[in-house]
Amino acid sequence: MISGPFNTPSYESTPDDLGFVTFRVAGQWFGLPVMCVQEVLTTQRIARVPLAPADVTGFLNLRGQIVTVIDVRTRMGLPSDASDPDATHLNVVIRDDTDFFSLRVDEIGDVVNVPASAVEPLPATLGARWSSVCVGVVYRARDSMVILDAGRIVCDPVLFS
Amino acid sequence: LVLSRNQLIQLVGHDDGSRYYAPIQQLNRITTDLQEVVMQTRMQPVGAVWSKLPRIVRDIAQSSGKQIAVEMTGSQTELDRQLMQVIQDPLTHIVRNSADHGIELPHVRNEKGKSATGVIRLHAYHESGHVVIEITDDGAGIDLNAVRRKAVSRGLLHREAAESLTDREVLRFVFEPGLSTAEQVTHVSGRGVGMDVVRSNIEKIGGTVELDSVRGRGCTVRIRIPLTLAIIPALLVEAGGETFAVPQGSVLELIRVSDASSSLVERIYDMSFYRLREMLLPLVDLDRLLGLPARRLGDEYNVVVCQLGEDRFGLAVDEVFDTQEIVVKPVGRRVKALACYAGCTILGDGRVIMILDPTGIAGRKNVA
Repeated sequence: MISGPFNTPSYESTPDDLGFVTFRVAGQWFGLPVMCVQEVLTTQRIARVPLAPADVTGFLNLRGQIVTVIDVRTRMGLPSDASDPDATHLNVVIRDDTDFFSLRVDEIGDVVNVPASAVEPLPATLGARWSSVCVGVVYRARDSMVILDAGRIVCDPVLFS
Repeated sequence: LVLSRNQLIQLVGHDDGSRYYAPIQQLNRITTDLQEVVMQTRMQPVGAVWSKLPRIVRDIAQSSGKQIAVEMTGSQTELDRQLMQVIQDPLTHIVRNSADHGIELPHVRNEKGKSATGVIRLHAYHESGHVVIEITDDGAGIDLNAVRRKAVSRGLLHREAAESLTDREVLRFVFEPGLSTAEQVTHVSGRGVGMDVVRSNIEKIGGTVELDSVRGRGCTVRIRIPLTLAIIPALLVEAGGETFAVPQGSVLELIRVSDASSSLVERIYDMSFYRLREMLLPLVDLDRLLGLPARRLGDEYNVVVCQLGEDRFGLAVDEVFDTQEIVVKPVGRRVKALACYAGCTILGDGRVIMILDPTGIAGRKNVA
């Protein structure tokens, strides 16, 4: 399962490099700055919250702390995983000043280091939903990785539409 | 610790023969003691923040030549220490407002037939999962026409719209930034910075501020602060396959509706009512309200009668379980806006369940 898109060995990192936690949702690789991520959890029991916004899957209990689970698929408008609703999901836990959030993802990759110069601006054609939460793209040999803004992906999508 | 304790107790159950039974009972006792002590250090009587207020009032009274008495009731009501710090400034501000603008000079009061000494009353009490602090004065009240004029002149409102607004709606403008009706700016107030800051501070901790005013009779500011970070007794119920907690404080009684008693349920237009002792009790179907799978027609169900101030309504649920002491946890900002949840909690088995807010639910269905 630990098979990231990049095989950049971490010992090559220099101070100019940016570290990203990588994860995959619906075939697309995403990256979050490594300092934003608190921890990664395996599949958890998630309590549904009736009437919650569509991208809020529910709450999970992280050692007594309530964590709001954000479904990255719904949030990013990616095709839903209707075939297997109980498929295993991983949780990337991030926190801000007030709340804990968890991004529900399919697969976790390596932590990769990328030179800051390799992060390129997001193509403008991706639309408002993506441009509001993505800060750039890293193009690699086999695929591309979209860098997310941790503060924005947990916000209400309506704020940006 | 409390939650793990509950978990263990649930595991062992009431199996007296288990060799874990005695040590777990011991652990239970210690945890309960510890929890009480910890809670006591967190919880403080609101009297602690009130203690400075009489002095502020006295200072204002002396410098303005007014006679003001301060009465305090319910100062033993306990509140989380963290919340206490947040409400300190808003409280001071409101009391200062009352003393400076509300209470009139002694000769004015005499002309109006009131006693020369004005009274500012502070009252704190618990109400359905909230601590309510009321600050009442018997002064001049708020000049609604002045608020209207001010709102129009600041471009917050059209002139025609101002005429048609009800008094209650006009009062809401008091919380807008930059709106002060004070004719003179004194060193204590009238600078137009105030009630909007009060409101934003209180809302930051999830509370609400309300204002009532009768011209010539005084005004009342009501601050409602949630009991987050606190432990409350709650009734566990089930609807649409999910478990919810209802704060015990707002539960009045429980009714079971079976085939035999279903004739007591009446429908008027799209609302159901239950004939409860010659009174029509509006019913809210929790599963329908929350968009959960509805119960089958004709199934027996339970009605949780909730009391909200003067009003009451019935919450129709599938099952009623027991009452538990639960830890109220905040729901996070993405869910807070829904208004139908007062928070969430973690049950003994680690499940997260939502705590319903009867006030929010009633507001959603317009039943109270």
